[in-house]
Amino acid sequence: MTDQIASITPVATDLNTPCSPTWCPGCGNFAILSAFKKAATQEGWNNTNTSMVAGIGCHGHIVNYVKLTSVEGLHGRAIPVGTGIKMANHELNVFVFTGDGDCMGEGGNHFIHACRRNHDITIVLHNNNIYGLTTGQTSPTSPHNFKTKSTPDGNPDYPLLPVPLAIASGATFVAREYAGNVKELTELLIRANSHKGISILEVVLPCVSFNKEFGAEFFKENTYRLPEDYDVTDKVAAFAKALEWGSHQVPLGVFYEEAKPSYESEIPQLQHNILLENTYMDRDVTGLLRKQG
Amino acid sequence: MKSYNNLRFTIKIGGEAGQGIKSAGVMLAKVATRSGYHTYSYTEYPSLIRGGHNVTQIEIAEEPVTGPSDNTDFLIALNQETLDLHANELTSGSGVLMDTDKKLTLPKNCPFEVVSFPVPLKELAGKDLLVNTVALGATLALLKGDLEILKDLLQEAFGAKGEEVIAMNVKAAEAGYNYVVDTYAKGKNVIYKNYLEKKEITSDQIVINGNEAVALGAIAAGLQFAAIYPMSPISNILHVLAAHQEEYGYVYKQPEDEISAINMAIGASFAGARSMTTTSGGGFCLMTEGLGLAGMTETPLVIVDGMRGAPATGLPTWSEQSDMQMVLRAHQGDFPRIVLAAGDPEEAFYLTMQAFNLADKYQTPVVLLIDKNICENDQSFSLFDTSGYKVDRGKFTMTRVEDFKRFALAKDGISERSVPGSGNFFIANSDEHDEFGYSNEEIANRNEQMQKRMAKLETCATEDMAAPVLYGPEDAEVTLVSWGSNKGSILQAMKGFKERKVNFMHITWINPFPAEAVAAVLTKAKHVVNIECNYSAHMGSLIREKTGIEIKDNLLKYDGRPFFVEAIEAKLREVL
Ligand SMILES: Cc1ncc(C[n+]2csc(CCOP(=O)(O)OP(=O)(O)O)c2C)c(N)n1
Ligand code: SF4
Repeated sequence: MTDQIASITPVATDLNTPCSPTWCPGCGNFAILSAFKKAATQEGWNNTNTSMVAGIGCHGHIVNYVKLTSVEGLHGRAIPVGTGIKMANHELNVFVFTGDGDCMGEGGNHFIHACRRNHDITIVLHNNNIYGLTTGQTSPTSPHNFKTKSTPDGNPDYPLLPVPLAIASGATFVAREYAGNVKELTELLIRANSHKGISILEVVLPCVSFNKEFGAEFFKENTYRLPEDYDVTDKVAAFAKALEWGSHQVPLGVFYEEAKPSYESEIPQLQHNILLENTYMDRDVTGLLRKQG
Repeated sequence: MKSYNNLRFTIKIGGEAGQGIKSAGVMLAKVATRSGYHTYSYTEYPSLIRGGHNVTQIEIAEEPVTGPSDNTDFLIALNQETLDLHANELTSGSGVLMDTDKKLTLPKNCPFEVVSFPVPLKELAGKDLLVNTVALGATLALLKGDLEILKDLLQEAFGAKGEEVIAMNVKAAEAGYNYVVDTYAKGKNVIYKNYLEKKEITSDQIVINGNEAVALGAIAAGLQFAAIYPMSPISNILHVLAAHQEEYGYVYKQPEDEISAINMAIGASFAGARSMTTTSGGGFCLMTEGLGLAGMTETPLVIVDGMRGAPATGLPTWSEQSDMQMVLRAHQGDFPRIVLAAGDPEEAFYLTMQAFNLADKYQTPVVLLIDKNICENDQSFSLFDTSGYKVDRGKFTMTRVEDFKRFALAKDGISERSVPGSGNFFIANSDEHDEFGYSNEEIANRNEQMQKRMAKLETCATEDMAAPVLYGPEDAEVTLVSWGSNKGSILQAMKGFKERKVNFMHITWINPFPAEAVAAVLTKAKHVVNIECNYSAHMGSLIREKTGIEIKDNLLKYDGRPFFVEAIEAKLREVL
């Protein structure tokens, strides 16, 4: 699968930008970029219907390489920006790209609350189990005893798994994919976007420069696909499945899916128009002021 | 009654938290305004929901009244603490209404002969919940108020709760009123004073506090999205916004924290919505990084900071004016921010409306400072007028522009803005970026983009910044300088010094700062006193920074209480 990522060549599409990626050769982010562009091209995601938000980390650079109007915000804060966009214009497809440090560490609070609110957005969690951009410190998803620059004697903490956290927090679509599986990832991005409600898509990816433990080899060895007859609607079973992580025990695919009204579909002000189209000029508040009399 | 102005008096109601002290105060203020008077109310309460001591004082006058007095002409005591803590504010001849069911007594050390009116409030009420209403009825009888007005107000206040609740309250008010008439009238027309005697109504008055004014101002200004995390003293802004969202078609969202609040508002604004968040100092600290994000990505945003007392959790239900220097400096790096400060609810209303236009015009954060005294003190004003207001979205396009450059260089600092979905591509990039928004760290680009953003402040200073208002004669023996809610107490105090040539410079623009206009007033002044509710004279420092002028005479306080009118009067007597 290492070869898989190395052999990914960007497709020429309208979504190309003049910037060339600054990621390390072999970085899993190339594969995510490629899958996203494929999905976008296939689905017609463009500047009339789609917006992206990124956190801060290597993953966040993605906004420079896709010609879709976006926000590159603050470390850990991509999710609230994304939900703000969605509330203002719920007709947009909104994608939030975030990292394991970005949204399990700095922005953990936003992650769990976004899950329970069921905004109709897609969160792509680039999980390389390390802080890449800051050159290799331990992350909330790094394993126990993991040696990094910040844990030279091994990580004393235990890792957080994003998938069960998302299920427990109330997310209505929760999946995991390996970045190198570009075809499957492309399909999952499309499926996540079409899900009505919040979609959490954890993408496990190698950081070739700072994480030697979870390289392509690891994922090749240890991932397996959830079986055809797996029931995505059984929350308790999904949670149990989601706790699996380890030797030959990293499931890929959709863990959980639930049909539930999205946040935007339940807000009366958003039923007839997008928020932006509701009248806001020349509002008369005289009635409200007189009630103060 | 106030010696220098026999048309003004103070009523104070005190009791435990949960006894409806504040709501009784608002009702009494409205009885007064509907009877043709002007009112100003000030409430003190600890950070507790039940128990603890609450008081509301209502200043009532024939001409506009704008600040709290520290003596009380009529005290309504629902508990013993009210008498113990406030008897020393009474003066000779003050009236006291007190609950005999609770066996309340005036403290032995009460320095004056007062006229007391014991009333069995609890017995007349039947229920604890109605004690405040009985007291209101009794008060009207003692002060020659119109019971029908109170009944109307009860009807309006409890309308949604059904006929039974209205009837119960009306009965309670009547019981208090009749008890006083039966017990104390003895053929007299005026039982104690004619303080509330109905007069001819000359203007359309409303009673409003700063929180309500900010919320209604925002709605009037075309607010489309607000994310606000609850915090004293601004929670009532979100209560008002939440209540009217369906009717006006905007969204109020309660986020998980203030960091989320500001980032949600930035997201919504990026997508094209007129957005705001409000908070108090502690929440503003959490918003700091978002403030810079809005500045860097040139995203319009209105932030209202309702200042409370002290650092950390501090004095949550008390007032201070100590956020100014934080709001001016918060966040690393330089970016343009507009900072305004209101002096009362009326200014808060109009400045909120203006803040939305400024945010859109300059595509940058606009912070409006108000202090707790403005947030929560109800004051009467003539009905606000929004007819002159036009929503201004600035340089803004929703349609596709060929080769759109979101951050195109512009002399005035303002590039054309667009939104996702319009067909225009751009990146609102927190990294330094080029004209499209792509990350770019080249020297020339950094300098150009930086200069472009910062130019907005100069444009704003020329096109929008207001000079401070100078109240009183141009030529004066003493010049007072202040900002925020001190305005009211200062103007009230000045009424007693009409002959003595005092003027007052009230500053509402903090950044950009009207340095020339301020310097012009100060260089002409004979003796300047700077008045602020903080320890380190934030405005004094700002004036020195911007004009080089140091104000040596500072009247500062940081005990959470407002400047009572008498404190300003005493200062004026000292320097005149
Ligand atoms: C408030 C703040 N704290 C710290 C940083 C520094 N920082 C930037 S990215 C990052 C961690 C990135 O890790 P992750 O989210 O896993 O992204 P990756 O680089 O691995 O894609 C940190 C700590 C910052 N930009 N802002
Ligand atoms: S440091 Fe790691 S995550 Fe960052 S670009 Fe290099 S390989 Fe990718």
